[in-house]
Order: sequence, then C-alpha cells, then structure tokens
Amino acid sequence: MNCEEASILLHALIDGELDAGHARDAEAHIAICPRCAAQLREFQEFRNSMTPATLRHAAPMSLRSRIEGRLPAPRAAESSRRSVIKGFAVGATASALAASGMLVMVMRSDDERRLLGEVVSAHLRSLQAQHLTDVQSSDQHMVKPWFNGRLDVAPPVIDLTALGFTLLGGRLDYVDAKPVAAIVYRRRVHIINLFCAPATGSAKRGVAMESLHGFNVRRWTENGLNLWAVSDINVDELTEFGEKFEGALRQ
Amino acid sequence: MAGGAADGSDGGKAERFKELALPHLDAIYTLARYMLRSASDVDDAVQECYLRAFRHFDTFRGGPIKPWLLAILRNVCHAIYAGNARLVYAVDTGGESETTAAKPIWREDTETPEQMMLRLQDAETMRRLISDLPAEFKEVIVLREINDLSYRDIATVTEAPIGTVMSRLARGRKMLRDAWLAAEGEGRLV
Repeated sequence: MNCEEASILLHALIDGELDAGHARDAEAHIAICPRCAAQLREFQEFRNSMTPATLRHAAPMSLRSRIEGRLPAPRAAESSRRSVIKGFAVGATASALAASGMLVMVMRSDDERRLLGEVVSAHLRSLQAQHLTDVQSSDQHMVKPWFNGRLDVAPPVIDLTALGFTLLGGRLDYVDAKPVAAIVYRRRVHIINLFCAPATGSAKRGVAMESLHGFNVRRWTENGLNLWAVSDINVDELTEFGEKFEGALRQ
Repeated sequence: MAGGAADGSDGGKAERFKELALPHLDAIYTLARYMLRSASDVDDAVQECYLRAFRHFDTFRGGPIKPWLLAILRNVCHAIYAGNARLVYAVDTGGESETTAAKPIWREDTETPEQMMLRLQDAETMRRLISDLPAEFKEVIVLREINDLSYRDIATVTEAPIGTVMSRLARGRKMLRDAWLAAEGEGRLV
C-alpha cells in the first residue's frame, strides 16, 4: 500500500468502515510510515474535537406543525396501534364500544390528549433551554435523594447505562401545573425524558405508545405512578427503554 | 380489532408515515440548512421532501427510512438549485436563536461561562466552515459527521460509488481541517 491509498483508507479506519483485510493492510502501512501515522492521529483528534450535537439544527416547531398539517389526518385507530387501544379501553363498556374504531377515538379523553401535549412540550423545553438537568449525575444514588422533599413521591431513579441508556440526571418539571420528576437519559445523541407523577385513582393501565409532533411517548402505570417516556428515538428503541426500565424496577 | 380502519387507508398510511419519518425531521432539516442559502428555501425544501416522501411512501421498500428521506431531500435541494441557483453557499444566520440553539446540550463536566462561550463560538465557526465547503464535500461531511450515516448509506443518498464517497470524505475532512486551523490561527492573532 502506498501513502496515497493510505491517506484515504485511514479515514475509513477512523470510521470503523474497513473490513478486516483492508484494516490490516492500512494498519501495516501506518505502522511503518510516520507521515501517515501522524495524519491518522491528527484526523482522529480533529474528529474528536467536532461535537455533532452542536452542529445539528433543530427544525422549528412551526415547520413541524406545517408538515403535519399537510399530511392526511388519521381516520381511526388501527391494528398497528393496538397498544394504544389497550391503554384506553378500560372496563366492560369499553370493549363493547371498541367494536368501532371511531368510538375508540372518542374514548380517548381530552385529558389524555392534553397531558400528551404537555409532556412533549416539557420535553422540548428541556432540550431548548440550557436546563436539561437540575442534578447532573450518572449515579442513581445521587439523583434519587435530590428529589426528597421536592415531590410528594419518591420517583424511581434507575441507572440503565449498562443496558444502553445513560443516566444523565434529574430535573423538577411541571406537567398539568403540578410538579413532576423528570429523569433524563441519553441514547447515543438522543435525549429521553422520563416523567413521573403520582397516579390518581387505582386503575392500573397498560402500556400505550403514542406520537405527537414526531416525538414518541410511551405511557404506563407502575407502583402508583404515571410514567411517560418521551423522546425522538424510534418506537422500537423507546419500547426497549420502557421494558428495560420496568425490568430493572422489578428486580 | 374488528371495525378498525383498514391498514391501507390514507389515515393509516399517514400515521405509519409520521411514526417512521417525523423522528428524522431534525436530520433532514440539518442537511437542508447546510445545503441551502435562504431560510425560506430550507423550510420549503424540508416540507417538499416530506410531502414527496409521503406520496411515494408505497415505493419505500422497508429498511432504515433515514437514508431514503435524505436522498429525497437532496433531490429537492438540487431542483431548487437548478431553479434559481440559491444552493451551496449557506449564509451565516447567527441571528436566528431558534435554529442556532444547539441541541441537545449536555456536558459531562460542569463548565465555566467562559468555557461555554468558547465552545459555542467553536461550534459556530465549525458550522460556518462546513457551510463554506463545496457541495459534494459538504454533503458527505454532514451525512457522516453530523447525521452519522454509514458509507453505504451515504453512497445511496448521494448516488455515488463507495470509493467516491471515501475519497470525497478524505478530501472534505482535509479541507475542513485546514480551514479550521487557519481560523484558529486568525483567532490567536486578534
């Protein structure tokens, strides 16, 4: 391999895009060529100094709404969103009504829609202001006590770093004009806000997955708490997050 | 569930499309911001991208949707460019707080206000330097460094062979690094 080839391949090496054979060849050349070795180091350093999070642009809310407004509105609940229906269709009358997709839509109370809007807004606020966390720590034993005395309930703070969701900290937020705990996680470059509020009433509801303005929201009830996980990660990953959280909670 | 809307209905299709496509809005918007000059072009291009993607959603063959959307956005940008030549050299829009607010913001360590200022200035400079790259290098840099696409996906989006992607990335990084070092040198002199 000559330096010209190596000067291109070293970038693929940095990006982890070379197969084993080419990687070996490139590394062999770099091992004996100080010039290419220096280049590799320089570009690695340069790349590390680029922080992708600060180079992204967030689409304005107005554009998001404009696009949503131009797409056809959903007509009714459908099979792929069965989990939503399960979440709302409580009680015997519900199952009778559920025979019609339209009626299931009616079942979704205004309250639930409003809360969904509120948690998504709270999520957006947390990303835009430089106020993602009040207490910044990946140690659950630091984050959990911070909520003591600030809330009527002790929110479950669980470190899921080993499971692919890094705990960033906690924050006091407001949903429905009531203080709630927001526990903040990171998945790669994506933020997940987990909002916890005391559940009113004793009904234990199933898991519901919804989306609003391009954000996914997983809502469920656990140990007398209403929980909403909000993020721009996809439904599968948010489901994974919810399941891992529930799993860790039961341990 | 009996009586539910058929999956093929417009509403059902729109719901599926929104669930899949809207989470990538920021990635699409980011590429448009780097590729186009005026803010209204950016918004129009992103909207046109989503409407076009929805119209052709039936032809989407599954797999990751992000490269597919980015490819559509790129074509939309080129159409705008062909129409009125406003592509390529993005202007510095430092005044728009909504879009220059980098997100998400978190730091592992707490930093002083001075450090934060420097970091924001660095990001601002880097955004400007990327915007100033010629289009064919800029797009691979944005797709790789900011949108985190694999070489294969970049090749799909830019309709170029992987070898071309690799050489453009190598050249683009060199141009960007040289420009960065030059800007840093100027900064020290001031």
